[in-house]
Parts: sequence; C-alpha cells; structure tokens
Amino acid sequence: MAKKDLLGGALWEAYSKKVAARMDNPTNRGELTAADAKKLHGKLVVADHGAESCGDAVRLYWVVDPKTHVIKAARFKSFGCGTAIASSDMMAELCMGKTVDAASRITNIDVERALRDSPDVPAVPPQKMHCSVMAYDVIKKAVALYKGVDIRSLETETIVCECGRVSLGTIVDAIRLNDLKTVADITHYTKAGGFCKSCIEPGGHEKRQHYLVDILRDTRAAMEKEKLHQQMETQDFGSMTLVRKLKAVEQVFREDLRPMLAADGGDVELVDLKEEGGVWQVFIEYKGACAGCPSAGTNTLSAIESHLKQKLGDNIKVVPS
Amino acid sequence: MDRIYLDNNATTITDPMVKQAMEPYFCEKYGNPNSLHSFGTEVHPDLRVAMNRLYKGLGAAEDDDILITGCATESNNTVLKGVYFDLIKNGEKNHIITTSVEHPCVANTCRFLENQGAQVTFLPVNKDARVEAEDVRHAITEKTALVSVMWANNETGIIFSIKEIARVCREKGVLFHTDAVQAIGKVKVDVQDAGVDFLSLSAHKFHGPKGIGALFIRRGLKLPPLLHGGEQMSGKRAGTLNTAGIVGMGLALELAVDNLNYEATEVRRLRDKLEDGLLKLKDVMVIGRRELRVPNTVFISVRGVEGEALLWDLNKNGIAASTGSACASESLEASPVIAAIGAGSELSHTGIRLSLSRFTTEGEIDRAVKAFTEAVGRLRAVSSSY
Repeated sequence: MAKKDLLGGALWEAYSKKVAARMDNPTNRGELTAADAKKLHGKLVVADHGAESCGDAVRLYWVVDPKTHVIKAARFKSFGCGTAIASSDMMAELCMGKTVDAASRITNIDVERALRDSPDVPAVPPQKMHCSVMAYDVIKKAVALYKGVDIRSLETETIVCECGRVSLGTIVDAIRLNDLKTVADITHYTKAGGFCKSCIEPGGHEKRQHYLVDILRDTRAAMEKEKLHQQMETQDFGSMTLVRKLKAVEQVFREDLRPMLAADGGDVELVDLKEEGGVWQVFIEYKGACAGCPSAGTNTLSAIESHLKQKLGDNIKVVPS
Repeated sequence: MDRIYLDNNATTITDPMVKQAMEPYFCEKYGNPNSLHSFGTEVHPDLRVAMNRLYKGLGAAEDDDILITGCATESNNTVLKGVYFDLIKNGEKNHIITTSVEHPCVANTCRFLENQGAQVTFLPVNKDARVEAEDVRHAITEKTALVSVMWANNETGIIFSIKEIARVCREKGVLFHTDAVQAIGKVKVDVQDAGVDFLSLSAHKFHGPKGIGALFIRRGLKLPPLLHGGEQMSGKRAGTLNTAGIVGMGLALELAVDNLNYEATEVRRLRDKLEDGLLKLKDVMVIGRRELRVPNTVFISVRGVEGEALLWDLNKNGIAASTGSACASESLEASPVIAAIGAGSELSHTGIRLSLSRFTTEGEIDRAVKAFTEAVGRLRAVSSSY
C-alpha cells in the first residue's frame, strides 16, 4: 500500500497479457447447439449465471459424453468487462477434456492462475477478482444441471469472500487463533475482503449473506464471553476487584437465579454488595410472586445463598431487604 | 494511428495559447508575488490582467471575491466546510441540501459533514435526470444553511435550472452554491444573472492547466478559510500564489467565453452528428433530452454491452471515452446517475460517456462512430444477454 496506490487509475495496466489477449480474441466464445451435441454423441448442457443488472452475466455450453462424463466441448457467452470475458474464456478451456466431477472442482482461483503471465504476479488487480467468480459459479450450475441435483448440494462450506474463496470457518478460526481485532487483520491473515470488498460490510458492490464486520464483532463477543466465564471459574471471588465481583454476582443472577425463580412467577434483583468482617453481603430485593411469598425468607433464601456459594465461594451471605 | 480524445468532461487539452502564456513564469518571472522586491512585483500587472479576465468571464462585480484555489474540489470543500463551521457547528442551523448526482467532491464532503452531525438531504433526480427548483423549495427547512446543486452534470451533461434554484434560495434566505465545473465554457455562466452566492470552477475543464481552480463568493458573504497560513488572498485562502496557473486560468476562461458561440453551434453540431450516428445502432438509449444538455456531452447506454468492455475496444482503436460502469471504477460503485433516473438496473453497467471540445474535428467524429459501431458488434457477438 501507500506509494504504489497513491496515483491510482492503473486498472488496465494490472491486467496480464493473457487477460488482454483473451479479451481481444476469446477463442472459446460462441454457442453449442443440440446439433453439435448430436454430432459429438453427447448431451448438451446450457447453464446461465448472473444478470445484466449485476454487471456480469455468463452462459456456459457443454457437450458431455454420457458414458464417461467427459466434457467434449465447451463454449461461453458473457456480458461483462474484460476480466469477465477473459476468465469465462479460460474457464471454458479448463473444462474441456475433464470429467464433470473434475470440472466441478475448478474455482475462480484456478482460472485466475491460468491467466497469469508469471506464477507470482496476479493476472488481474484485486478489485477485479470479483469478475472471475462468475466463472466458478456457472460451472457449479452446469454440474447441477447435468447431474440433475440441487446446486446447494454441491456447496460443502459457507463462502464469505467469493473472490478469494475464503470460508466462514476459516475466518472465525483465524480471528480466534490469532486474536484478530480488525477487518484489516482478517484480510491480512486470510485474504478475505482483499478483492472486491463486497464482503467487508453492507453497502458494497454486492449484497452478501455474511459480512466480515459482523463475523468479527460476533466472534469477538463470543471470545469475550468465554474469557469472562473462564476468569470467573478460575479466579477466587475474594481476590476479584469490586467491579469483577459485581459482574460475577450479576451473572449468577442473570443466568441461574432469575430463570429459576421465573419458573414460579417470581423474580429477584441485586441491590447492593458490601463487605463486613471478611464476608460479602449480597443485598437482594424480591419481585413478582416472590415478594410476600412465605418461603422467601426461608427455603428460597437458602437456595439462593447456596447457589451463590457454590458458584462464587463460601464467604457470601444473602440479605433480603 | 492518431488517437481521438472524447473525454473532455474528465479533462481537456491545454490550449496551446494558454500554455505559451504560462511559460514565462517558470524560469523568467518566477518571483513570489508577495515579495516586496522587483522579482515579486514584476508579475503583479500580469496577475491583475488574469484576475480581470476571471471577473469578466464570470460576470463578477469588483466587490465580489474570486478566490484562487488548487481545484474545484478545494473550492467545494471550502464552501461546504465553511458553512458547516459558521452556521451548523454552533447550532444556528443544521441542514444542507444537495442532489444525489453530485460529483464525489461534493457528495463525499456532505457525507463527512453528516458524520460531524449535520443533516444532509440528497435530492433524487427526476426522469429528466434533473432536480427542479420546486424540489429544492420543498426540502428547505428553517434550519437549512446551504443548498448546493451542480450547474451541469458530469456524466449526462444535463443542465440544472440554477437561476430558478438560486431565486428560491434567496426567497427563503438560504445560501446557494453551485459546482459549475461542467458548465464553464459550455454554456453562459454569469454569477450576477444567475444570482448564486458561491460558485466553483476548475481550469483544466476548459483548456486551462490542471492544479488550479477558483471560488466565487458574493460580496458581503464570508467563509472561514479551508487553508490557514499566510496573507495571500486577503487571508481567505493561504498558500503561495500559483502565478503560471492564475495567468493560464485567466486566459483559458477568456478564450472559453469567446468560444461560447462556437460551442453552442459547431461543437453542438458535431455532438449531434455523433449522437445521431450512434443512435443508428439498435437498442441504445441516450440519457437526457438534447435541449437540456450542455452541447458537448452524450451519455449512451448500449444494451448487452458492459461499459468497461466497450471502453476497452474503443481504446484499442485510439478512442478515449469514459464509463460510469461499476466494473471500471476502482471502488466498484455503480453510476449514481443511471441508478438515480431509474432507467432499469440492467443499464447501470452499460453507460458510456463521450464528451467533445472545441478541438474535436469532424473527421474524428466520423471515425468514432465507425469504431463504436464495430466495437458494439463484436461485443454483442460475445454477449450472453444480447
């Protein structure tokens, strides 16, 4: 980043020669018809993906040998920019001669790699990776059509970043294992969000099911909660700070006591927390059915106290107000 | 192969006369105009000539201000942020009105001010791709501090009713600013006649140099400076004066105004010829009625052909145009204008803008029509949606 990005406007300069050549002369463009299929003794498959309104649309034609499931011919038509046309052209080429199953494993990343002039230099700039995703999606459509199965059965994982094919699981793992705190960290570790940026937050180029900002927030929140639980389990109540103590008591109220009393239409609130002679006094106030209930001063009280003691330690006394 | 430049709404060739006029200020008259010695003072007469040309070119009065800025982006920022600091931050007002089709330097500045607590109304355009004075009137509240509406749109070339909008603002006691970048040199721009309070312009859009612009401020109005520093421009815009740029912009504006008649007749004739040539293609649509547009612009949507792909083919043939297609922008944001006029979302990726200048020739237009037609033929043969 920085110096090389400051001037901008280098979109086309970042295309590989292969991308440019295929844009100028896409060798596999065109259609395949029922007559072509008959001539090749195969089955015709025509798959569509995308729409003009989304900026990209592609149609893939296959003739497949029904005995060997080998793709004997592949052609495409595409509404899209140079990258979309060049990747569709390469995608059609990569399909040819493969079985349908083998073709179903071709991803947009394979297509992009095949378009590189040298192995280490991307064929298209990051924001254009998006345009190669169509090539992947349309193959999946063709496979589903040929096999007569639902396309969803071909997806084994939830993909968050389609450009880089990064799954939800990979992203959550990366956040947890490396304690990632920002979206930029996620992009750095997993490449997700480093291409067309649609998956970073709502309002980008495309609507997505999952966004990195939400995944980050939810994963961090889950991590925090686990950390708190862990601290409470491992830390002795007496050595906690006052705030920690309060939070720990509140948590027992929230997660155990109130649901327990709610079963009988009752409720309880934490009023105060005060130390006296080494014992922590938990002041409570009964609500709902508990207020005025005969057992509130006896059985219920001792149940609350023993529960708190069990969770937080013995030096606790519950005082109803 | 000679290249053909049909992207004059992005920038223009510097008029060779302008370039020549600027040359002395690099190695000969290079003094700082604010210096007291002869190196500084010897450029004063030339700067005065340039300022006279600017005032005359815009129809400004002696007691109006025309601040020299670095670009129209700076001029627009000065107005929007200045009004924010003077009227909104202190709670006196809270509201700015603009349109949904402004250039990013207005739109993004407004979004920034929104984050600072200002309320911003982005008025949508109607089917003519315009915002009318009545739309503005209805949006004005007691808390409105400023209305900012472009004089002409950069993508479509559509001209807005600036005089009527300015009148509404004056009636309502609201300040009015217009970004006139795409209007100068294409249609008559007179600040007195139009009755605007603030007006921004940029020299490189009318055959002046890049890196210099101006901001007209009506007499009696004050804005806090965007750039604080020395006493240049009476302290209203600090920074060493760009002598060559000011001289170049002054001459460029004079030439642009002198050529307005040529623009309205000959440039318009060539644009219409280009447009008629392109309209012979099937399933194309030009955005905006001709009589509502500046004379140099045509924005055309070609069904079944994505904008960047068409641009690629035109470029192969030496023709420079521009596209609002999301695919060609680094940010992948769809054209706000096509989205705004509700022309059907499938068209939002097919828009191509061709913009002429007084340097465009008839032969270039003929070649452009031919190349465009061929490119559309090739790409429609590849297209899955045509």
